[in-house]
Amino acid sequence: MSEEVIKAEGLTKVFNKHLTAVDHVDFSVKQGEIFGFLGPNGAGKTTTINMLITILKPTEGKASVLGFDIAKQDYAVRNVVGVVPQEYTADEDLTGLENILLCADLYGIPRNVAKDRAVDLLKLVELTDFKDKKVQIFSGGMRRRLELACGLVNRPKVLFLDEPTLGLDVQTRTATWNYIRKLKKEYGMTLFMTTHYLEEADALCDRVAIIDHGKIVVVGPPEELKHSLGGDLITLSIKEDADVSELIQKSEHVKDVKKEGGSYRIKAEYGEMTAPFIIEALRKKGYTVTKLSLTEPTLNEVYLEYTGKSMRDAEESREAFAAQRMTMRRARQ
Amino acid sequence: MSETNGNSKNKLHGLWALTNRELKKWYKAPVIFLLSIIQPILWMGLLGKAMNIGAIFTGTSFMTSDLVGRLQQSLLQHGMPSQNIPSFFGDLGNIFSGLGSSVMTDVFNTTDYFSYMAVGMIAFTALFTTMFSGMSVVWDRRLGFLNKVLSTPVSRAVIIFSKVLSATLRSMFQAGLIILIAVAFGLQFGANFTVLNILGVFAIMFLVCVGLSSIFIAITIRSTRIETPMAVVNLINLPLMFASNAFFPTKFMPDWLQSIAKVNPLTYTTDAVRQLLIFNTDWTTLAGDFAYVGVFAVVAASIGIVLSWRFLSK
Repeated sequence: MSEEVIKAEGLTKVFNKHLTAVDHVDFSVKQGEIFGFLGPNGAGKTTTINMLITILKPTEGKASVLGFDIAKQDYAVRNVVGVVPQEYTADEDLTGLENILLCADLYGIPRNVAKDRAVDLLKLVELTDFKDKKVQIFSGGMRRRLELACGLVNRPKVLFLDEPTLGLDVQTRTATWNYIRKLKKEYGMTLFMTTHYLEEADALCDRVAIIDHGKIVVVGPPEELKHSLGGDLITLSIKEDADVSELIQKSEHVKDVKKEGGSYRIKAEYGEMTAPFIIEALRKKGYTVTKLSLTEPTLNEVYLEYTGKSMRDAEESREAFAAQRMTMRRARQ
Repeated sequence: MSETNGNSKNKLHGLWALTNRELKKWYKAPVIFLLSIIQPILWMGLLGKAMNIGAIFTGTSFMTSDLVGRLQQSLLQHGMPSQNIPSFFGDLGNIFSGLGSSVMTDVFNTTDYFSYMAVGMIAFTALFTTMFSGMSVVWDRRLGFLNKVLSTPVSRAVIIFSKVLSATLRSMFQAGLIILIAVAFGLQFGANFTVLNILGVFAIMFLVCVGLSSIFIAITIRSTRIETPMAVVNLINLPLMFASNAFFPTKFMPDWLQSIAKVNPLTYTTDAVRQLLIFNTDWTTLAGDFAYVGVFAVVAASIGIVLSWRFLSK
């Protein structure tokens, strides 16, 4: 099998003949990486996932998952992928364990195998104590973990996560990230996830595709995308009055130095590594650094650079708000 | 890591899991379970016992000897010859007192309206229970469960089948319950009733429920709002119920209503159940009923499944 676990070529979905949700996207996901689709709500992330997991048929283009064509070999694809949907789909009237066993039945997993796996999965997502409680009483974070367990019941090689931390508080979000990292590290799983949280894409993904209006605007590792903007911004001041611009300029990775008032604005790649070198260089010449701050470009700046608008602004469409509220309400119930 | 080879390759895998999920919602929720039992009792009490049609003919004064006595006196006053009168009026009295039950037999094919109506309740339950199968599809869609199931290797047809099957099993259970309750309330079985006939009732219930729930699912599978199936259900449930022989024989209905009743599968279901339980079974009519409902079930299920399949694999 090739290194490319997911491969999409010109993948397109048009709803009702005029609403283009996904517009000729090309990308590939490598074995064992976490690949993120980053974009505001309505950008086409979920539509892309739904095509890859064979719920929606592409209007145009093609894609394959583990070598199976999503349109022609949809049954084979469904067998080998796991899906953690955006919504809380677990049945509230059933218990946690019953929900996992229901999912196992849907994959045709024999009951004795399913029971063993359910025990393992409940342990993995730390819900063992709640396995016989109805999902009704579960909190949002617990439900999200239960969804994760259900998505893993068929031991998928590829796991699709649609907005895995939508509506979760910071603590629960961090915990969820840890589960996701664990899946990659311990099981060598390939993960495809969508998110509209920049921090999440930054923290988790090996590679990110920024998607806007159904088109991929840029693909790459988060670090690389950020560096492509020209690096970090280091601001420093020294005790002495002398102009040290030239001295700073000589340090490695420094691209540009400007003296503004009493401080220097330095554009540098790998700012967190460059800053100590600059300090060291200045100290050797007898200067004392009094203040230093380091600003790293965030994915928001990357997003801004490529789409021409801030991600937060793009978020504020009414429809997106309504969709989010719906999920949040369910999360709280 | 993937062990799909050990998994079931059966095309119907997941059918029972999905059906049982629906059933658990019902039998594991005591309140809902209780309500679904109380409902037919209420209807039987309200319609069966309150509309005591038999009593109109047997319990009212114009049928009693009181009436005959007054007639006798009136004839005597008009100077009729009196020697044959007592025996003549004796006959007349007998004819009148038999009139009530013969009217009942002629209209309802049984002397007991409660039995007639209680059996009609069985078809009624089939209609009501299956209607809600459509709604559960809408819920599954709204909650994302439908998409989740669609992403698993479960066949599309199984998803629909499970809805049909759970509604059918529920209705059949309720039908059995109605028979028990009706017997407790005084249902009079037909002359050649045997326990085997109960199996016949379950068979016809199975057929009609498969047909009805397929239709309701086909109607609602496209809708994303819970209001749509509600409106559809409200629009058609009572007309469908009253344009059948569930409460009253069709032969006294106006022509236009009769023509609706004639194609209404509920008419045939109710007739079949009556033939099996309370009438002197007419095997030809019964076979006709089964044939009609059977064809209805097959056609409706095919339409339902084809439409749903097309919609689910968009």
